[in-house]
Amino acid sequence: MNKGEISPKNEVQHDGQTLEINVGPQHPSTHGVFRMNMVLDGETVVSLKPVMGYLHRNHEQIAENMSYAASMPYTDRLDYFNSMSNNFGWSLAVEKLAAIEVPERAQYIRVIMAELTRIVNHVSVIGFLLNDLGAFFTPVLYAFREREKILDLFEEVSGARMMCNYFRFGGIKYDVPQSVLERIREIVDKFPKFLDEFETLLTKNEILCMRCQNVGVLPAELAVNASITGPMLRASGVNYDIRKVDKYSIYDRFNFKVPLGKKGDVYDRYYVRVLEIRESLKILDQALKEIKPGEIMNKKMVPFLKSPRNFKPPVGEAYGRVEAPKGELGFYVVSDGTPQPWRYHVRAPSFINLTILEDLCLGHKLADAIVILGSVDIVLGEVDH
Amino acid sequence: MKTEEIKALIEKALPGVKLKLVRESLLVENAADLPRVAKCLKEDPALKFDYLSSVTGADYLTYLESVYHLYSMEKKAGSIVLRARTDRANPRLPSLVPIYRGAEYQEREAYDLYGIVYENHPDMRRIFMWDSFEGWPMRKDYEQEDSETLEAADVEWLEKRGVKVSDADRAKAEELRKTGKRAVAQKPTGSPEA
Amino acid sequence: MFYGYGILQGMWVTLKQFFASYFKKRGQDGALFTVEYPEQRLPEKERFRNFPFLIYDKEPENLRCVACDICAKECPPKCIYIVREFDKDGKPLKRPAIFDIDFTVCMNCGICEEACPFEAIYMDHEFEIASAERNDDLLYHKDDLLKSNAYFHKIRPNDATAVDAKLKEAEDKKKAAEAAAKAKAEAAAKAPPPPPPAAPGTTPPPQPPKPAV
Repeated sequence: MNKGEISPKNEVQHDGQTLEINVGPQHPSTHGVFRMNMVLDGETVVSLKPVMGYLHRNHEQIAENMSYAASMPYTDRLDYFNSMSNNFGWSLAVEKLAAIEVPERAQYIRVIMAELTRIVNHVSVIGFLLNDLGAFFTPVLYAFREREKILDLFEEVSGARMMCNYFRFGGIKYDVPQSVLERIREIVDKFPKFLDEFETLLTKNEILCMRCQNVGVLPAELAVNASITGPMLRASGVNYDIRKVDKYSIYDRFNFKVPLGKKGDVYDRYYVRVLEIRESLKILDQALKEIKPGEIMNKKMVPFLKSPRNFKPPVGEAYGRVEAPKGELGFYVVSDGTPQPWRYHVRAPSFINLTILEDLCLGHKLADAIVILGSVDIVLGEVDH
Repeated sequence: MKTEEIKALIEKALPGVKLKLVRESLLVENAADLPRVAKCLKEDPALKFDYLSSVTGADYLTYLESVYHLYSMEKKAGSIVLRARTDRANPRLPSLVPIYRGAEYQEREAYDLYGIVYENHPDMRRIFMWDSFEGWPMRKDYEQEDSETLEAADVEWLEKRGVKVSDADRAKAEELRKTGKRAVAQKPTGSPEA
Repeated sequence: MFYGYGILQGMWVTLKQFFASYFKKRGQDGALFTVEYPEQRLPEKERFRNFPFLIYDKEPENLRCVACDICAKECPPKCIYIVREFDKDGKPLKRPAIFDIDFTVCMNCGICEEACPFEAIYMDHEFEIASAERNDDLLYHKDDLLKSNAYFHKIRPNDATAVDAKLKEAEDKKKAAEAAAKAKAEAAAKAPPPPPPAAPGTTPPPQPPKPAV
């Protein structure tokens, strides 16, 4: 494995004929419409080139013709599993641009929603990884049973299960009644028991260990150089979590650890995600204890709820980033004083985490390549924006 | 460190490099200096900006721009923003892929959407659109073609493969060919009442 | 332990779940959680938003919409199409003649509901509206979209009560302002004509208002 210098013409020495195949775009294991041009020697991967763009909707150009608040429902559809995190990123970017403050209670609710989203994502990703390994749908449905409870909660709070459109610039749209907070408290109290059962099912399973350990090892220097972020980076041992580095929103008030892996293989990426769920439960516990009644919207931004087309931020630019469950989700926005942004760019973590897919898969078998793709954790809405 | 201090540091380490402070970001006036500036930022022991977070293209009507956001993972330090400008007729910028591997896909995206060609990129081709697509979709003067109207080239392609094209479509395509225009989609206007 | 113990542990978990699914009741750990739609349904949540609908107060002729076109301007995918109604003299009326929403384009974001200043358009709970044809069945016109205020109370009681209270308050304020203006006009008609203006130097300077105690 190369250690941080690039050599894009990686080739594994082989003798004999090679077979060039297409994995995807219609494939049950590529997590969406994603194609990989693989060249195989027998079953071993000789070269792998990802081809994307089947879900490209030119979201950035759509946003150039709309007001800032009208882009919020479109950000839901970027990483369609974690719509609350995408909303968080976009509202953070615009609040930085226009220097808008967010009241306390809204900050707490934002953190609660973001951490619930993180739990939902990690537990589903573990399920999908097991799907790729061949455990047909049992872990997925165990995970989805818990995800359903959280999605029902999102529906009660924001109106939709997945495309929430809940955050606004300067606060959130609806307040969360006390009964819903009680339900979140119930979910947080019951989740560790489910997670223990899930781990009993998976963590020490010999088949999982044999297939995932020492497969797709990512060295730390290559990860940093290739702009990898999220659980994939932390599984390689690099301690970089944007919640701890930028301390955006009110994350500096909570006490939580950042789990790190040692080797950077697929098993470490799976286990880092399990540990991150436990840390998210800790954050939720603390947030539910500290939340107090209050306002949910910045007073100056309330008129713009009724007329989003009149919101004109000052001329300038801003880059707001959040620790989305898949990595660093950043929004770069340039404003020229009109109600429409001049330039709007999404820094999608799944897109950039695919940079080293070829490096990880070389020399492994085809079945391992599918498992490595599952551990990179991509969602095509984000890869193609 | 503040942007002005970083600017002073780079100007001391690399004499001859011209930088300008634009709205809290550093504009590298001569685009060919960009790899040297990036390498200096990455290797300087006080800065150690080893993480390239985002590469963005932007269109400012008279020039095209490429914006880079750099962070330091080792020192957990904040961002520095670099800019490089190029003209619209023949946009070429040096690539940062030899220094930061993470720029690979993002520079391909900027090429696909804006037409900025990055020299020394290992794989400079389109990433989202198909390879034979013509045009740079995100530029401000891009006109989307109308997918319903047939042009003369489309009529030819269809007839060669045995598809029957109606006379009305053929007449319209001929008209378009005579005026030399392309079939351009109309932007949605919403309600007629303003 | 011995090789293969992890697999056996996992199988024990699934075996426990298998037997528990026969004996546990819904809501407990390990019970079946399937809701057999369409015979059984989950209770509707009040805030659930699906497609929009227009509200009328007493009869479909008194719809609240005044064709101001704000929802059409704010709609992100531009699925609303409004044409104002004109009376026979050519004067514009405060009603829409055409109000079309294309449900194949609408993305259920709810921004039209937020932006409407006249409380005329709200998000419905109807989701069983699949159609057999591709193009025309899902283009809803004004008559298909009109639903009564009583229906609004049925599906979203809290929001409907809040909206009614707000409208009543606005109505009361308007009536009070009208009554005050009318009383002022009558008092002005009954009062004697004002005295001729005094010569300069004789009128006392205006006194500052006394502070409230």
